[in-house]
Amino acid sequence: MTSPATNVAAGCAAPDQSAPLPSSVDLEKETVITGIVRTAEGEAAGGAYVRLLDSSGEFTAEVVASPEGVFRFFAAPGSWTVRALSRFGNGELAVDATRGVNEVALNVATA
Amino acid sequence: MSRDTALVSADWAENNLETPGVVFVEVDEDTTAYDGGHIPGAIKIDWKKDLQDPVRRDFVNQEQFAALLSERGISNDDTVVLYGGNNNWFAAYAYWYFKLYGHGDVKLLDGGRKKWELDARVYTKDVPVRAKTSYVAQPQDKSIRAFRDEVVEAIGVKNLVDVRSPDEFAGRLLAPAHLPQEQSQRAGHIPTAISVPWSKAANEDGTFKSDDELAKIYGEAGLDGSKDTIAYCRIGERSSHTWFVLKELLGQENVKNYDGSWTEYGSLIGVPIALGDEPGKA
Repeated sequence: MTSPATNVAAGCAAPDQSAPLPSSVDLEKETVITGIVRTAEGEAAGGAYVRLLDSSGEFTAEVVASPEGVFRFFAAPGSWTVRALSRFGNGELAVDATRGVNEVALNVATA
Repeated sequence: MSRDTALVSADWAENNLETPGVVFVEVDEDTTAYDGGHIPGAIKIDWKKDLQDPVRRDFVNQEQFAALLSERGISNDDTVVLYGGNNNWFAAYAYWYFKLYGHGDVKLLDGGRKKWELDARVYTKDVPVRAKTSYVAQPQDKSIRAFRDEVVEAIGVKNLVDVRSPDEFAGRLLAPAHLPQEQSQRAGHIPTAISVPWSKAANEDGTFKSDDELAKIYGEAGLDGSKDTIAYCRIGERSSHTWFVLKELLGQENVKNYDGSWTEYGSLIGVPIALGDEPGKA
């Protein structure tokens, strides 16, 4: 059991993006959007800033991709946009998320 | 305060990395970012370990803050430049602490770590050694900190600004979308609070929008310039970002940060809560 106090103390910063999903995460309830950011050359874009935008394009959340380019959001079923900014360029992708794990591949390139 | 005194650009920072009397401080919840590379010369403050009381549900007191800054080698007359990840949330939170405990000259690095990274500016893993100081903190400036009773009394009277995401405001989510959602407290918002997500104040690269843009955003959201204001979020750091915008950039008088925020309010017995996208009635 995760106590509420633990959640409170955990603050608002994003957890380690490359760590396995915590066992406390209930995939019957959570809608996870996860994937890897890669450059045009196919290299992992570690340190990319990945933003989750809602169906109206409004900012919802942002995480920093792990050194392996991995990112993860806990969202809700529906239409989202995942947008990455990095020193290697930017990129974005529309996602129709359903309950459970939604895996996407996101590429960045200089404009 | 104004933009000129409260904010510095990445260019300014790069030109002042070795300026005597200027101390760069990275503030994050996850300090592995600092350990993996930081602005040359910057020291680190850990949002949780260094700034929260280890036992009581409160942050460090006057003596603890003075001890922390003394140990990190910060003097009362140093210019402290704060930056961090998460669009400067934790840096803004630390900025609010420095103001709360009366530090003279403290500034935020516009865009924080993100702008620095996107600009591909230089990082180092070298950790500077600073001689210990005898820092003297002032008693808390309560004019910038709101407590729960004051927040309840402010319903329908003062500006309440909820800076969480629209889904958290409406009660559809209990936490930001990068965190698991299970929590025990109630969802929703403080009745009569306007919803202005902190992100409205920031550009995509983490820098703050212009004063004109910011004034327009809060004006259109219904912020009444003739009233006092209390900003809140979930645990008080995103609202520090908005507190910084309203108080330090736009120069509004009487702006407080409610650091108890939704984790406290949403767990109180008997207080009113509004659900949905509208502010709701007092």
